[in-house]
Amino acid sequence: MEHKLIFKDYNEALKQNRLLGLKCRACGAITVPPKMVCRQCTDSELDVIELKGSGKIRTFTTVNVASEGLEDAVPYTIVMVELDEGPWIMGNLEGIDPQNTSMELIGKKVEMGNKIFSGDKYSAGEGARPLFRPVD
Amino acid sequence: MKKVAVVGVAQTKFSGPQEKTGVELFAEAATEAIELSNLKPKDIKALFVGNALGDFEEGQGMIQSYAAENIGCLYIPANRYEGACASASMAVRDAFMWVASGFYDIVLAGGVERAATMGTGLATRTFAMFSDARYEYPSGITFPAVFAMLTHLYADTYKIPLQKLREQMARVTIQSYRHGSINPKGQFYGKNADMTVEKVLGSFVVSTPLTLHDCCPFSDGAAAVVLASEEAAKKLTDRPVYITGIGQASCGTLSNQSDHLPRIRAREISSQQAYDMAGVKPQDIDLCELHDCFSIASLIATESLGFFDYGKSGEAWEKGEADIGGKIAVNPSGGLKSKGHPIGATGAGQVYEVVNQLRGEVEPERQVPDARTGMTDTLGGDGGALVNMILERGW
Repeated sequence: MEHKLIFKDYNEALKQNRLLGLKCRACGAITVPPKMVCRQCTDSELDVIELKGSGKIRTFTTVNVASEGLEDAVPYTIVMVELDEGPWIMGNLEGIDPQNTSMELIGKKVEMGNKIFSGDKYSAGEGARPLFRPVD
Repeated sequence: MKKVAVVGVAQTKFSGPQEKTGVELFAEAATEAIELSNLKPKDIKALFVGNALGDFEEGQGMIQSYAAENIGCLYIPANRYEGACASASMAVRDAFMWVASGFYDIVLAGGVERAATMGTGLATRTFAMFSDARYEYPSGITFPAVFAMLTHLYADTYKIPLQKLREQMARVTIQSYRHGSINPKGQFYGKNADMTVEKVLGSFVVSTPLTLHDCCPFSDGAAAVVLASEEAAKKLTDRPVYITGIGQASCGTLSNQSDHLPRIRAREISSQQAYDMAGVKPQDIDLCELHDCFSIASLIATESLGFFDYGKSGEAWEKGEADIGGKIAVNPSGGLKSKGHPIGATGAGQVYEVVNQLRGEVEPERQVPDARTGMTDTLGGDGGALVNMILERGW
């Protein structure tokens, strides 16, 4: 069976600030990032859709100890965002002071851009991730 | 299906960087477990070894074959298990399956890791390989960051003020340190017994809100267990410990677990399998060696395992209900946070502790009185691999 949407195409779209997902014909659930089957009902009849890229922060952390290769990036803030369409997605947060984050971030509305991780010797190339910023 | 007993267990000291190789560490634990089982290497029919990151630690893949040869278990089938921090529990579970099936009567299982030897930068990078490499690593995810996010989510979900939750988490650390400080096989043996809430909260912040003392250390070490069929076990020991329940479950990308977080659904499924198979309930468990890679992980685990209500486990720690003498003795070994966490060996180290507790053979100050039924809980990745085992006295 062929994937409806693979990492390469998802990643290329994300680099253009377009968040692609999959909508299930059987149950209507949306799967993002893409998989072979619906994350809820495991049906494989899926259509590629574009999501709005907006949502609200459900949780966060500011990282002070990073992996080898990312030491210079600290401190940086990671968020899990509940998208308006339902699924959660991981990304980074900008437009805030990473050293002054608090529980008040939870529930804040955000919109999505992207930032590219240029890759390291283990990563089989680059990968974009959502870069969120608070909506005023 | 045959009854399966643990007949012998052994563990190296869990520690910071070791000078011994991975093969040497595993061999020390393995040969001790074989000797304590009144067996010889030639009696072992198969070897199952957890080892998550040997490729990065010392450039050694396929460590199981070198380990088998090293200890004189020549030409036996040897398998390696990689399930991140649950690797050894997967190895023990599969060893159980082979003995239960009747295919082998005596099998050696365990694990080894030299995570500390890698140093913080490479260890943090390689541990992050257990997160989704394509869709989540680009955000700079680390393991402390996963559990840091679960901490904030836990506080929001159960409406616990973050400061109060952090104080409850510090209680987890203090208890772990206290038990581990009197465990000679533990990484923090003789250390940290005088930890306070203030010291935990005031230590270096690794990933908000988790401080250094909320996190387990990187560790080197190995552990091994010998499993035997009931007939074989009766000839080897008068104190067999039976594995009466096992469970294992998997799941995917952290963000795809959103219907359940901060609960770990794979743990609920895995532990229920183990309870059903053993025919026991959470209240029947005397002690549990559970996966406290971070202080918040203990709170999350005890709830999914059915020991405490959701959102209430922090209060349980405050009241001493998770301590020896409480409702359930959690991590009398000191757990990952104090005994140490050589990830590929951790699950076998948990079995080692539970068997010694059921046999009444640990230091008196951390012995769970009249322990008859114990449980292990091992989590790999961000919930991607979960294994639970229930062990009971066989005499």
